[in-house]
Amino acid sequence: MQDLKIVILDYGLGNLFSVQHVCKHLGYETLVSHDRKDLADADAVILPGVGAFRDAADSMHERGLVSPLKDFISSGKPFMGVCLGMQLLFSESEEFGSSEGLNIIEGSIKKFPSVGEAGNKIRVPQIGWNRIKETEKGVKWKDSPLHSIEEGSYMYFVHSYYAKPANEACILSVTEYEGLNYCSSVKQDNVFAMQFHPEKSAEHGIGIYRNWLKEISTDR
Amino acid sequence: MTNTIRIIPRLDIKGPNLVKGIHLEGLRVLGKPEEFAKHYYEQGADELMYMDVVASLYGRNSLFDIISRTAKELFIPLTVGGGLRTIDDIKNVLRAGADKVSLNTAAIKDPQIIRQASLKFGCSTIVVTIEVIRQSDGSYLAFTDNGREDTGVEAISWARQAEELGAGEIVLTSVDREGTGTGFDIELIKKITDAVSVPVIAHGGAGKPGHIASAIKDGGASAVAVASTLHYGYAATRTAGNQTEGNTEFLKSGRTFSKIEPHSIREIKEYLVNNEIDTRIADYTF
Repeated sequence: MQDLKIVILDYGLGNLFSVQHVCKHLGYETLVSHDRKDLADADAVILPGVGAFRDAADSMHERGLVSPLKDFISSGKPFMGVCLGMQLLFSESEEFGSSEGLNIIEGSIKKFPSVGEAGNKIRVPQIGWNRIKETEKGVKWKDSPLHSIEEGSYMYFVHSYYAKPANEACILSVTEYEGLNYCSSVKQDNVFAMQFHPEKSAEHGIGIYRNWLKEISTDR
Repeated sequence: MTNTIRIIPRLDIKGPNLVKGIHLEGLRVLGKPEEFAKHYYEQGADELMYMDVVASLYGRNSLFDIISRTAKELFIPLTVGGGLRTIDDIKNVLRAGADKVSLNTAAIKDPQIIRQASLKFGCSTIVVTIEVIRQSDGSYLAFTDNGREDTGVEAISWARQAEELGAGEIVLTSVDREGTGTGFDIELIKKITDAVSVPVIAHGGAGKPGHIASAIKDGGASAVAVASTLHYGYAATRTAGNQTEGNTEFLKSGRTFSKIEPHSIREIKEYLVNNEIDTRIADYTF
């Protein structure tokens, strides 16, 4: 029996089961929960999410999950955010006016422009596979769950908004869409979060889950 | 500038079987959908699309089983459509393991379902399928029920409206070309991709990799849904021995279509890359 309590936080949005399926595929049991008590005694938390930032932020407030989640993250235990679960970590979003995020990572969430710098049409949402790359100033992959991933690997993305961290030091990967370079994953202390969906990114995505789950099991 | 093209195997499902027709009619049984889906996953498919072609409100248990098994084993996005009428239908399909749903008939009957569904489940979860038949005067009309029902709705303005209501993507089916292998209706694809800014998935007409390249380069499609080319390629490597239900005469006959070249996903993608189209070629093997 695994003695690690991994909680997938359910705040009413997003495909939680695909995250649970991957963990199970790798031999890890997870608990899908919206209960504060489960957050309080979790060993690790995954925050998934599909949809709109404001709905997600509102829903987390309504369910009273904001401060328990902040408490969990400040405890230093492992946290993983996926897609909207990464965006929510930031200070604010320009989606539907300004909405407040969890403010764990300083920066903002911005919408993809409809026209690129070269006058090119940008289709939004970005839906599909795109490459992730390491940056010079950011976190090195060898020190992260991306350590087994080759530079330039394709991951699956679905989003209309992207994160712009205030401090480049937390950037783990960047991705280019229609000429726009943006931050596609972050790592800051115990927080690891991705804009793409590793649970939908075939073998390389599963590899990221494998690395993270292994890391959190051996760190304890 | 990166805009990576997706190749999406489309699997038409009737009961427990994968079927394929021409102009969405005359369905033939090809095998078990899960087996084909797994093969396509291993070959590097970018997503999967399941269409329940019978689309009856009852007796969907086999479809839910197929969705659920797929979601547990194959880690790429799955879109499911066919006969989804209500928000509850959508919720049930998503719960079973689909990542996206596609709407056609229900959306034309009541376009507001697009708005309700995209608000509830996120716009990128809601795909609107438009089945188009070209009219003798050159106009394009949207049809429902596998191209049987004329809705009188003009396809290009409908695509625009679907986008405004919150559709995250559009699947564009040319019923005229579907299953024929004679190439895509490029004019139709271009009109729709110019009219909207969400991604458009072209479907209907792929007979060889050159057709797919043209839908992307000349039509502006962001993704291509492929059925016959892939299915006949894979079906040819198997035997029809275990198929007993439905119309299996075609499988047993061993015939092929002269207009449809069987190709694997990898072959199609290599052709695209050689023609300067950015697409992901799986660098892992099973």
